Amino acid sequence: MGKIWTLARRELAGTFFSPLAWVVGALFLCACAFKFCPPPAFWSGSRDAFILVPHQQASLRGLFEMMGVAMVVAAPLLTMRLVAEEVRSGTVETLVTAPITDAQIILGKFAGVMGFYMALLASTVVFLVLMLIFATPDAGVVIMGYLGMLLLGAAFLAAGLFASTLTRYQLLAAVIGIGVVSLLGIFPGRLAPHLPAPLNQVAANLNAQAYLRDFARGMFDSRGLIYFLSLTAGFLFLSVKMLESKRWR
Amino acid sequence: MIDVKHLTKWYGRVLAVDNISFEVAKGSVVGFLGPNGAGKSTTLKIMTCYMPPTRGSVTVDGLDVLSDSLEVRRRIGYMPESVPLYPEMRVGEYLRFRASLRDIPAKEQSAAVQRVGKRCWLSEPEDMTRRRLGDLSRGYKQRVGLAEVLLHDPPVLVLDEPTIGLDPGQIRAMRALITELGEDHTVILSSHILAEVEQTCSQIVIIQGGRLVAQGTPNELRQRVVGQGKVIAEIRGAESKQIAGAAGTLDNAARVDHSDHNGWTRLEVTTRGETDIRGDLYKLAHNNGWELRELRRATGSLEDFFVQVTYEQSMQQAG
Repeated sequence: MGKIWTLARRELAGTFFSPLAWVVGALFLCACAFKFCPPPAFWSGSRDAFILVPHQQASLRGLFEMMGVAMVVAAPLLTMRLVAEEVRSGTVETLVTAPITDAQIILGKFAGVMGFYMALLASTVVFLVLMLIFATPDAGVVIMGYLGMLLLGAAFLAAGLFASTLTRYQLLAAVIGIGVVSLLGIFPGRLAPHLPAPLNQVAANLNAQAYLRDFARGMFDSRGLIYFLSLTAGFLFLSVKMLESKRWR
Repeated sequence: MIDVKHLTKWYGRVLAVDNISFEVAKGSVVGFLGPNGAGKSTTLKIMTCYMPPTRGSVTVDGLDVLSDSLEVRRRIGYMPESVPLYPEMRVGEYLRFRASLRDIPAKEQSAAVQRVGKRCWLSEPEDMTRRRLGDLSRGYKQRVGLAEVLLHDPPVLVLDEPTIGLDPGQIRAMRALITELGEDHTVILSSHILAEVEQTCSQIVIIQGGRLVAQGTPNELRQRVVGQGKVIAEIRGAESKQIAGAAGTLDNAARVDHSDHNGWTRLEVTTRGETDIRGDLYKLAHNNGWELRELRRATGSLEDFFVQVTYEQSMQQAG
């Protein structure tokens, strides 16, 4: 446990040192802010896409849904360097010859990037504060929404971490990661209505955004909890196995 | 301390290490010598649990690298060839990070970092612990790598090319440090520079093309070159050819090379087997009334031996 903490701290410090993490974080917050603010003057589409619209009920639900979509791209970008960079620079050699298990390495890296993600989520509290000035948001939506974001973030970051174990090239890791995360966060929702009978059910059950939506409505759904936790555990397990297999090649 | 048995490693279809066996006694400094690409690093990587062998086994302190990997790693300090470091970390920060991965309790970490900092010239004459690793020169990176290896004071040190990229002064200091470390550690270092190994190591293992071609103490190996027997003499008093011809008629002289040096004839006489023909050469000069100013046995250098064994091997492979 102590070693996981040691690794996580180093990873967190490394993430804060990388300009990319700041850019990704800033873009993530920009996307949220765009969603949150009143529609700009040039906007000709539906005003329902925004949260603070005059004479309209404001809800944080839309904000969480926006964050869920933004994470499809943000998560793999935050995780792409985790293992790929170690392999490229050769530091993996000192890391895996230290008396630590591969599982500790993966968990440490995961905990580190989760730390950065939680800091990112914490900075979205700004929107909550702004909302409090104008209205009284539903406590259930806020708590469950953040819980949902935490779970979705964990699953997406684990998937991104797995992508990072597949290659030594960060960019490739990001592309693979976005592909894998899209299979959970984008495609099922888009495809479900167009698929024939048994497949549409499968797609609907795989849809990460649908589970997040339930949380963002202020509902606690155990199916969502199990879905996100098992994805997280599954991808972390695969990451450990990939790291192990590197030794055999 | 370290027992390598029939070690073989294939990288895909490339054979990197081919059935190598050797033993390293506790407390010895072993030089792992071979030309570039001979399989030195691969062997060291298997020894340090970075990768598994294809066949064969390696045990460290009686523990197998595959089944007791974590225990083996606790007993080894390994400095990889390129000394990979995290560029964004500071020297002290990195050493503390490694110390906690190495099971050093939090309270003792600062003391351990200070101890190795001093030993590897990181705190004196100039305090480097606040420098960023990415900004360090090659020599300093090497020192950080070595300091990291010494943090947990492991019984076995594995250093892959420890002096590569250092300037002559640093090389000398590094050699002195290795010799000093050899007093209470088992050290394995790889190198393709013979002089280095000759000076610091009590035992030498030479590999070439993945195969073990020779091993022994520097003296034993040197003896094998001397066994060839070569005598050098400088004589004056007659034509070069005449002197060389006379020397060639001596018993046990297999081959005579001669050259001129300001009127002196320099003979290089290769003898048959272990015989010493210095006495015969003296008598020859004396009987002919020639002047003799030098007469000695050429001690073979390890360099000759190294080139000889590795060259022979590559010739065999080519043939």
